[in-house]
Amino acid sequence: MLLEVSGITAAYGSVQVIENVSLSVGEGAAVGILGANGAGKTTTLRAISGTVRVPSGTITFKGQDIRGKRPEEVAALGISHVPEGRGTLPNLTVEENLRVGAYLRKDRSGIETDIAFILELFPNLKRRFTSNGSALSGGEQQMMAIGRAFLAKPTLLVLDEPSLGLAPSTAKDVYAAISRLRLETGIAMLVVEQNANLAFSVVDTAVVLETGRSVLSGSTAELRGNDEIRRAYLGG
Amino acid sequence: MNSFGTFVQLVVDGLAQGSIYAALALAIVLVHQATGLINFAQGGMAVLGSYIGMTVGNLVVPVNLILGVLVGVIVAVAASFAIGAFIERFVMRRFQGGEEDTKVVATIGLLTLITGAIGMIWGFNFIPYPFFFNTSTSFTVAGIAISLWSLTTFLTIVALMAVLQLLFTKTKMGLGLRAVADNPGSSALSGIRVGRMLMVGWGLAAALGTIAGILLAAKAQLNPGNFDAILVYALAAVIIGGLSSPIGAVVAALGIAVLENLAGTFLPWIGHDLKIAVPFVLLFVILLLRPQGLFGRKSVVRV
Repeated sequence: MLLEVSGITAAYGSVQVIENVSLSVGEGAAVGILGANGAGKTTTLRAISGTVRVPSGTITFKGQDIRGKRPEEVAALGISHVPEGRGTLPNLTVEENLRVGAYLRKDRSGIETDIAFILELFPNLKRRFTSNGSALSGGEQQMMAIGRAFLAKPTLLVLDEPSLGLAPSTAKDVYAAISRLRLETGIAMLVVEQNANLAFSVVDTAVVLETGRSVLSGSTAELRGNDEIRRAYLGG
Repeated sequence: MNSFGTFVQLVVDGLAQGSIYAALALAIVLVHQATGLINFAQGGMAVLGSYIGMTVGNLVVPVNLILGVLVGVIVAVAASFAIGAFIERFVMRRFQGGEEDTKVVATIGLLTLITGAIGMIWGFNFIPYPFFFNTSTSFTVAGIAISLWSLTTFLTIVALMAVLQLLFTKTKMGLGLRAVADNPGSSALSGIRVGRMLMVGWGLAAALGTIAGILLAAKAQLNPGNFDAILVYALAAVIIGGLSSPIGAVVAALGIAVLENLAGTFLPWIGHDLKIAVPFVLLFVILLLRPQGLFGRKSVVRV
């Protein structure tokens, strides 16, 4: 397994948000996390990337224990987290935003190749290449965030609700690009999404969270076959 | 001297005075670029660095003046880099994630603390600062007296400005510094070591400020309150020039000093006493017309 999360808890101050979450992501696999508001989806991702404290449980990545590591250490190991709210650097240009993603890389020509790939994947970013991050629309900022995360050349891309706040057609475009990214690079993904139909266009398996616990997991086909899941997350 | 000669002389003197404002303004821009914060203690830190440099340099001066001054400058710059990094790590870091206003007040507290500490250690008297040459040396070009000190100061500041601009726009470290200032959380997710960047930013700014401190002390002698009035001009320059632009800050600082000089002499109703109001009138007008500063980039905050 590339990433193995087992029985973790996490809390903001005294408010425990995650009580018992387990999930795993194989090499090159794409896993979804489904759940209602407040189920602990975002916190699970933040626990993995080291932006929230994880008092108990284990998180191993490439066989290494990463629980308790700082976000910059986790990033250096090959996990790129596209945070909720897109993490835009508002006063940096689109180009600079992308280059921040490649901050730890030394292979100059590889970086240029990857920037060219992202600009081809998201033609909007090419048009806005010299604009400040703050001047971009929500969809463009999401594309930039994905591009920035990809430029770190991660083994695992962690996406926190890429469709949040986007018009349905834009959300679809973003997911089409994510699918292409996965197809062309074979990068492993962990995707939080409220809109399960969108998530299922990318992931192979998914985990369902309820009030801070992982209660169910299975392939997308299995989950589609589950009446309760269908009612709760797939719109009938 | 005819009035054109006076005019040119005033401009030349203004550029020299403005260079000192510019140096402090540059240090303030640097901290702002790296941490998004205005550091009111910047002048105090510069003076502290100068005192440390002087104390160590004076040990060598009896042996060799030039060597002593050089040692003093190097020690001052190195010590202030360390002090800047230390203050970030052990004072400012504790306010991380808090209100911006709290941090600004903390820097004002630091200013008071540093000025007081300097007074306790070195006293409040003016102390002559040894320098490479006699700072009253001047030469005359086409009837205009140019002080060697003014020229040195001006050229040093222009060079430092160019280096800073290159650092911010052309180097990876510059990108890291700006990224951390803009969105620390996101920068960390990209693997940038946020804490280290903040320390480097504060250290660089302190070192830069100290160079200004030494240049000023060489001319005006060393005193704990050396930068108190200059801070006001530097802040005006930073705001007029745009907080995000090293070149803007320098141009604004030079402009303020020159205008102040000219207004004091050519507008009798301003004279020497009202001179200090000039930068503020300028500031007022510019904030009305161009709130992001003359050279600054507009920053948009979306909620």
